[in-house]
Amino acid sequence: MGVIEKELYTIDPVKETTETLVHYVNVSKSYGDVRVLKNLNLEVKKGEKLGLIGPSGSGKTTIIRMLMTLEKPTSGFIKFEDEYLWHKENKKGQLVEADEKHLRKMRTNIGMVFQHFNLFPHMTILRNVMEAPVRVLGLPKEEAKERSVEMLTKVGLRDHLDKYPEQLSGGQKQRVAIARAVVMQPKVMLFDEVTSALDPELVGEVLEVIRELANETDMAMILVTHEMDFAKEISDRIVFLHDGKIEEEGTPNEIFENPRSLRLQNFLKRFLRQ
Amino acid sequence: MTWSWDFAVEIFPVIASALWLVLAVTFGAYLVAVVFGLVLTFLRRTKYKLITYITNGFIEFVRSTPPLIQLFFVYFALPTVGISLDKYTAGILTLGIHYSTYLAEVYRSGIDAVPIGQWEAAKAMNFSKVQTWFRVILPQAIPPVIPMMGNYLIVLFKETPLLMAIGVHEFLQEAKLIGAAHFKYLEAYTIVGLLFLLLSYPSALLINYLEKRSKMKKVRG
Ligand SMILES: Nc1ncnc2c1ncn2[C@@H]1O[C@H](COP(=O)(O)OP(=O)(O)O)[C@@H](O)[C@H]1O
Ligand SMILES: [Mg+2]
Repeated sequence: MGVIEKELYTIDPVKETTETLVHYVNVSKSYGDVRVLKNLNLEVKKGEKLGLIGPSGSGKTTIIRMLMTLEKPTSGFIKFEDEYLWHKENKKGQLVEADEKHLRKMRTNIGMVFQHFNLFPHMTILRNVMEAPVRVLGLPKEEAKERSVEMLTKVGLRDHLDKYPEQLSGGQKQRVAIARAVVMQPKVMLFDEVTSALDPELVGEVLEVIRELANETDMAMILVTHEMDFAKEISDRIVFLHDGKIEEEGTPNEIFENPRSLRLQNFLKRFLRQ
Repeated sequence: MTWSWDFAVEIFPVIASALWLVLAVTFGAYLVAVVFGLVLTFLRRTKYKLITYITNGFIEFVRSTPPLIQLFFVYFALPTVGISLDKYTAGILTLGIHYSTYLAEVYRSGIDAVPIGQWEAAKAMNFSKVQTWFRVILPQAIPPVIPMMGNYLIVLFKETPLLMAIGVHEFLQEAKLIGAAHFKYLEAYTIVGLLFLLLSYPSALLINYLEKRSKMKKVRG
């Protein structure tokens, strides 16, 4: 991808306000010949809790992975506040592909929790959480430790600081993963089906931690989940995705009590039946 | 000609006196192999295709030519283009670089076994490339391949007699000199074999032990 003329990207299809944190503008993503996201336009406001629902394969994971810079959009732009995630302006004011330095700067705003935890198995719980504050934020060890212990206390793992991930249950691991991401104080947290790898009896403790986080902080959240009750409870807005496109969006009430599209109605029916 | 115990006992210390030299060359070359192998590992993974091609070509080339020829090349041919190395440096560098190509492969198998989720978590935590390699990936990639790395240390050790060819007085060279001086080769070469056995076998046992232990760890984990 070469230089992109400015006129091409200043025409934003959705009206932006200063409240906008993340803005997907005409974003498409293909794997080979398969287009898994089709001209996505999606805005997330500062502090907004956005629920992302939809059948498996509809592109939910791809949407948040592109924001975490794990996956590069095939076309379109992702704006983060005043800047572009995957592009930066060169000296002539043209948009060019972002380099690693720009991506690293942008990533400081974004945190992610994965379905399979992805904790660092060779580090203790405390070090899992502390490592990035020390190495990436450059905090003094003592301060990073204080912050990390505080975070781990919050997620109920004060007594497990010196254990290794393999010694914890799935629910505990996921709570560490949440602490590890939140300790970096990102502006938006991404959750990708964070309870779907857990035994059913461990789901509650993780949801409880996210619920508290949602209530206490002004971080924005994008929550991909199949826990419909939970999504309904904590989201300010729900987006229903189908086949790489936004099929319907609205308040939790609109989505769950008054679904307009047939697809959403069927999707919800299937979930209620389960 | 029969075996003479007296002669064997007399010459044993002379041949064994090369021990420190042999160990120094072995560990020196191994250090080169360990470090340069890591460099090769990084080079073949850069995003610049050309560097990857050149690195892979270099690795293929080094592996498919005999170390003895490489040794001659470095010691006898390089001086003609103005690069003169003493025999120890030449020996250590040649053996080290030769084995670095094998260690690069060992590292690769270790790195490939680290789940992709670890790279992604490192990125999500915003680690730099260097931090990702040295704090996240390598600490997980190396421990499981330590036994394999140890095997190459032993193989490298057993290659040190090659250096006789450029006049390094390792075990075999010492034995040859003694054998020639007294026209008695049986004792001298037997002792050389014995020395290699004495050093290699315990090392092999140690590596076996490490291998078992790392397997046990995996079962636990
Ligand atoms: N790395 C990949 N290579 C090829 N296809 C992929 C890859 N990742 C995702 N896909 C495809 O993209 C589509 C959307 O995937 P995903 O975003 O994971 O959906 P969801 O999270 O909603 O289940 C799926 O059809 C999936 O098979
Ligand atoms: Mg998914």
